[in-house]
Amino acid sequence: MTGPAIVADGLTRRFGAFTAVDAVSFAVGRGEVFGFLGANGAGKTTAIRMLIGLLPPTAGEATVAGASITSDPEGVRRRIGYMSQRFSLYDDLTVRENVALFGTIYGLRPAAIDARREILLGRIGLAHARDALVRQLPLGWKQQLALMVALLHEPEVVFLDEPTGGVDPITRRRFWELIYATAASGTTVLVTTHYLDEAEYCDRLSIMVDGRIAAIGTPGEVRATWGAATLDEVFLRLTRPGAAA
Amino acid sequence: MSALAGLVRKETRHLLRDRQTLAILLLLPLVSVLLFGFAVRTDVRAIPVAIVDPSPDAASRALAAQVAQSPQFRLRGVVRSEQALERDFRAGTLRQAIVLPEGTARRLARGDRIVIGVITDAADPNTGRVMGGHVAAMLARWEADQVGPSGVPRVTMLTRMRFNPTLESVNLFVPGLIALVLTIVAAMMTAISITREKERGTMELLLASPLRPATVVLGKVTPYVVLGMANALTVLLAARLVFGMPLRGHPGLLLVAALLYVIASLGLGILISTRAETERTAIMAALAGLLLPTLMLSGFIFPLEALPAPLRAVAQVIPARWFLVIVRGVMVKGATLADLHREVAVLATMAIALLGIGIRRLAIRLP
Amino acid sequence: MTRAAPAVVVEELHVQRGATRAVDGVSCTIAHGERFGVIGPDGAGKTTLFRVLTTLLLPSQGRVRVLDHDVAGAPWAVRGQLGYMPGRFALYPDLSVAENLAFYAEVFGTSVEAGLGRIAPIWEQLAPFAGRRAGALSGGMKQKLALCCALIHRPTLLVLDEPTTGVDAVSRREFWDLLDALRSDDLTVIVATPYMDEAARCDRVALMQHGRFLAMDAPSAITTGFRHPLLAVRAADRLGLLAMLRAFPHARGAWPFGDTVHYSDARLGSEPGEIREELVAWAADRGLGDLAAEPIAPGIEDLFIDRLAEHEAVA
Repeated sequence: MTGPAIVADGLTRRFGAFTAVDAVSFAVGRGEVFGFLGANGAGKTTAIRMLIGLLPPTAGEATVAGASITSDPEGVRRRIGYMSQRFSLYDDLTVRENVALFGTIYGLRPAAIDARREILLGRIGLAHARDALVRQLPLGWKQQLALMVALLHEPEVVFLDEPTGGVDPITRRRFWELIYATAASGTTVLVTTHYLDEAEYCDRLSIMVDGRIAAIGTPGEVRATWGAATLDEVFLRLTRPGAAA
Repeated sequence: MSALAGLVRKETRHLLRDRQTLAILLLLPLVSVLLFGFAVRTDVRAIPVAIVDPSPDAASRALAAQVAQSPQFRLRGVVRSEQALERDFRAGTLRQAIVLPEGTARRLARGDRIVIGVITDAADPNTGRVMGGHVAAMLARWEADQVGPSGVPRVTMLTRMRFNPTLESVNLFVPGLIALVLTIVAAMMTAISITREKERGTMELLLASPLRPATVVLGKVTPYVVLGMANALTVLLAARLVFGMPLRGHPGLLLVAALLYVIASLGLGILISTRAETERTAIMAALAGLLLPTLMLSGFIFPLEALPAPLRAVAQVIPARWFLVIVRGVMVKGATLADLHREVAVLATMAIALLGIGIRRLAIRLP
Repeated sequence: MTRAAPAVVVEELHVQRGATRAVDGVSCTIAHGERFGVIGPDGAGKTTLFRVLTTLLLPSQGRVRVLDHDVAGAPWAVRGQLGYMPGRFALYPDLSVAENLAFYAEVFGTSVEAGLGRIAPIWEQLAPFAGRRAGALSGGMKQKLALCCALIHRPTLLVLDEPTTGVDAVSRREFWDLLDALRSDDLTVIVATPYMDEAARCDRVALMQHGRFLAMDAPSAITTGFRHPLLAVRAADRLGLLAMLRAFPHARGAWPFGDTVHYSDARLGSEPGEIREELVAWAADRGLGDLAAEPIAPGIEDLFIDRLAEHEAVA
């Protein structure tokens, strides 16, 4: 793949009279960790659904890992990984079974699945728990495992939808170290989060408000543009213009 | 292709690891087969029968002996006149009566023709017909014994199908239908309502409030009582107006019975909900544990007399079994409270007991 | 009403749930009118602790007195004076905002009118939606409605289990502003939250993990429990920086914090300036020439991480 990992150009999505995503344009470079922020209902989820090839846009275009979401959504889905807080793994299957299942779904051969599994489990120190039911793993391990499963087929871009809910500060940081390591190996990461301190971990970020991108740049640039000390303040000013103190 | 195999493997694992659902899905067919197998009988056994014999003699005693020995009949007694049997007929404890004429043996010896009356409770038309057939066969044997193999047939059987002379099926189905409808509305909906509260998380809030379990229960079930009674009325009206089903007894007794049955079903619904964690479990428990036995073992379609002894014993604890006797008694036979006081008492006891147990089991804390 | 006894007294509470010890020896005393925060991740034991306080679970060991009643022996006495907001906003989605509120008022033997005074600041925001079904509200609105329902009967103790989870940052802030508006001596508030920044808005805070309180104090004082030197370190190669710091022989901990890495040194009482020199040299030796570091005061999150790491090292 040459060029940026993700390019969105005037991406729009309407549901009847309601415009959920309004001519959104941005680009994410290869190996970048990009924070995709916005309040609930700002259009983040819809935008991501379009980018991963699940929802066709009403207007505009986007290219993800070199494939067009309008003319080749199948191609997009093959090249990306996805992890969501709402659902990632099957609780009543073991670690090994989950890996095998997702591997087969992505068309990997059994030998390749075994090899990748050992590498990825080794990376997070979970090799000893191969045959444990996912239900029995502490939340932090589940999250890391879910990320590894999303990386099973070595995608070029991986989308993480609020991956770090509910865990303690150490576990959260360990997860972000995993994200850094993933990006360092060349995988592009687009992540959404409610924790604005995590936004600072990103190379670049964007904040969506009412379907549009209201701010974009490195954390430092965004803070400087809005003259705020923290991203929290920027977020507050953008989403509730009258409420900032 | 291997993705398909992977998906099949996953679904199989989900199924095998959900022990509760698996148990129900494997046991349910087995239980159904057993129940259906034993309960679906059109032949009847141990029919409670009485003999009306104004002048007992050798011939009539021979008939009594034959009846007493036959496994198809259960001889309740030999009486002098029909009047004595009226109450038992209405209460359903007597299903047939054989009425002999005066001086049976004498007349047979003289070569006269005699007429033997057979009164059959045909509130359930199917069993009515079958019982009629059994008595006819029995009488034929007796006649052959009395007059010898070469004798001319001298016994004429005069059959009277009581309570349902035209053998209307609707008389059989409607009472059971009322019971079924009430079971669904009262038991299943109550169970679902409480488990839904648990799933939503609002149960936790109710528990942490000053509300006592009895209040919660009464508050939750009252709308279903009203709904259940409305449904019962609807079914009854339809049966009367559309299908012409009789209502020979007092409607008040009927409604009281319906109310008691509703309360008993509600109690069962609450009991189910105290064990079920999810709506899905509640529905399955209500279907398998309540609806199915009510359908099969209450005398709804298949007569109780046809059940083997162990199943008949189980049937005694099913509220519908008692409710149906009352409904049929009141509607088809014109029975009164005096006739049915035993059944009403049992139903009332069940209603109070089940509701009480349900309330006690509704914990005041989280498990 | 006598105020001799504190609002809540917990003595050596243990709660066993099946094979897990959900609460493992917690003790605390909460005064009337106090706002007490319990900070900790999922599985820390916060919900179990709250369920004991609200008389929904029995202690396996230990004593708990709420509003001067024993939770095990006199649950009904407690329940009448309690306002509870369990996780997941227990609301009836098919009832309207007004109907939900009326229901909870009636359950506690009062009326909406009687309680409206107490919840005035919140009701202002909800009133325009009074007829809307609760299921059709946004997350932030549901949260406010659940708070109203918990307060409508004028309780003396308010227990909020993760009221701001799953809601965006702005709604979170608004919620805490509302709690500020409700401040009074008559209302004790106990809140659980996974968000460190919300800890600062409490009078006292307890850090909870694995069923235990790792620390408990006022937000300003709690950080005095962090005694090791702390520096904020920067470099362009974040991943490399992290690895390098952790490899440093005297490192106690190195954790990302926004665009810096917080480094704590194992040597108590050493000079931050000296440590900085050492780190710059260490980094330069390993090809990292742009390391910059400055001493900082520890925050609650630093303390939590420190205690957690210590706890995990021992476990």
